[in-house]
Amino acid sequence: MTPQTSGARVEIIDLGAAYGRTRVLDGIRLTVEPGGWLAVIGPNGSGKSTLLRCVLGLHAHDGLVRVDGVSTAGMPRRARARQVAYAPQLPVLPEAVTTRDYVTLGRTPHRALLAAPRALDRRIVADVMARLEIGGLADRPLRTLSGGEQQRAVLARALAQQPRVLLLDEPTAALDLGHAQQVLDLVDDLRRQDGLTVLSTLHDLTLAGQYADRLALLSGGRVAAEGGPDEVLTAAALQTHYGARARVVSGPHGPAVLPVRAVEPRL
Amino acid sequence: MTGTTDAARSGHTSTVTASRPSRRRPALVLGGAVLVLVAAVLTGVGIGAFPLPPGAVVLTLLDRAAGALGGGHLAGGLDPTGAAVLLELRLPRVLLAALVGAGLAISGAAFQGVFRNPLADPYLLGAAAGAGLGATLVIAYSPAQSLGPFGIVPLAAFAGALVGVGCALALGTAAGGSQSATLLLAGIAVASFLAAGQTLVQQQNTEDLREVYGWLLGQLGRSQWSDVGLVLPYLGTAVLVLLLCGRALDVLAVGDDEALSLGVHPGRVRLLVILAASLATASAVAVSGLIGFVGLVVPHIARRLIGSSYHLVLPASLLIGGAFLVLTDLVARVVLAPAELPIGVVTAFIGAPFFAGLLWMGARRR
Repeated sequence: MTPQTSGARVEIIDLGAAYGRTRVLDGIRLTVEPGGWLAVIGPNGSGKSTLLRCVLGLHAHDGLVRVDGVSTAGMPRRARARQVAYAPQLPVLPEAVTTRDYVTLGRTPHRALLAAPRALDRRIVADVMARLEIGGLADRPLRTLSGGEQQRAVLARALAQQPRVLLLDEPTAALDLGHAQQVLDLVDDLRRQDGLTVLSTLHDLTLAGQYADRLALLSGGRVAAEGGPDEVLTAAALQTHYGARARVVSGPHGPAVLPVRAVEPRL
Repeated sequence: MTGTTDAARSGHTSTVTASRPSRRRPALVLGGAVLVLVAAVLTGVGIGAFPLPPGAVVLTLLDRAAGALGGGHLAGGLDPTGAAVLLELRLPRVLLAALVGAGLAISGAAFQGVFRNPLADPYLLGAAAGAGLGATLVIAYSPAQSLGPFGIVPLAAFAGALVGVGCALALGTAAGGSQSATLLLAGIAVASFLAAGQTLVQQQNTEDLREVYGWLLGQLGRSQWSDVGLVLPYLGTAVLVLLLCGRALDVLAVGDDEALSLGVHPGRVRLLVILAASLATASAVAVSGLIGFVGLVVPHIARRLIGSSYHLVLPASLLIGGAFLVLTDLVARVVLAPAELPIGVVTAFIGAPFFAGLLWMGARRR
């Protein structure tokens, strides 16, 4: 599959959001360069998922989100869906739908809502599935796939949208280490080959440091640190924002976070 | 194709062989359902105190159609008495049964899709209770029997059904936006209130009890062409809208957030589908009373046959629902002939064991 266009620049400018009267995000300014991978990290409840939902326009916010300089605020849903694809943390997997039919849903923004998928749509779906190595599962009901296969099916649906930006909310949350690495390798390949821009949340700091080229640490609804993995992942930052005791050791592909147990075991 | 080799390597040969017929299966099921519907209609108009052979029925209908288009005369049709029985008695009734069954079944499927709830049926949002109240009010209080060419009871039931759904929608959207759970609860509140009103009116007018009960149990015995004329424009529009919404309902199956991220507005799709399904339900209820079971169970039968994609379940429900009600109406008027059973009783008597059998077979296959 050859992408129509390469990745877009995503700019988040002074973004703020609230649940009721509780402010959860404030003054967020972040930029993801075309073909870059920004991983948003931060402790539980720091607003990571809400930030992604704001970028998608699923949650009311103030401030601006721009894709290649164009504000998404006035953009029709379908136009936005052709630019930005989303894989949520807990995707809803419809019952009794085959993997192929599920991935074909990704073509929705590219065809008339009333029309059947065209030959072009079917070819793109087959290409994406072959690329993610789930072609052989096309006729299996989605719910019967393993966790790793389901995650790849969700990714395939997002890629079938032929987006320029991929938003991934905890893409490895349900996966063991091996499958997590497999999915992240895949995302990295897509980014390098197609120039896709990736904005993801990742709670595993070591994986975040090894795969993303930039990290943004959210804490209390604000960006506490932003930069390359070595700049953001420091023992001091983990102590301050996570309340965690950890050592950061540098590895060949970025820093690794090693939790350290308290010296005196608590009884 | 890589898919095939991948599957063969990982030992999923059974799914690969199963996939080949599954591509053609929807077309086969829909084609089969059309044939069953046509056969049901021919059987329905043919059987009765005055039997009409299917061949002659077809010829008569073709002759009339040719006549209407200014064509020549076809030989071999029914004699004038047979033609009168066909055109004045059987045909309106059978067509009405097909329309009502089709309308109830497709709106049931649509409601199940919108609420993502397999127990949803067309009467869920107050259509039945509203129609019941409307019909009871005019049976009890109206001096006139008809308004123009239309009976007063169908008109009141139609209006009542729309008012019931309208109240539920207004209450539900005021309370919870496009949340489907809130809408369901609003529907239950409105339905209970209207049903209580209906019981109150009914108890104050016990001399009309029999007629009210007859209406509540569902009946097609007094069908006329004017009923077909009353239903057809609304039902036709509603069915067309629902058939066009099938693929949008398929997108809604991934949840509201993901549907939005795919460029589909779930709230708009839901509102459109609910309005169309309610219009179909109201038209069906207006001319037939409350016929249960069809709207709940036919979509499940369709799903067993054709899979769970709504762009297939909706047309399949439409066809199967039409055929089902034509055949149950036939049973209703033949079993105790010349007396008639209420059709609502027959739909449950035939439908429930049939559905139980389907469930049992599905459980054994798994």
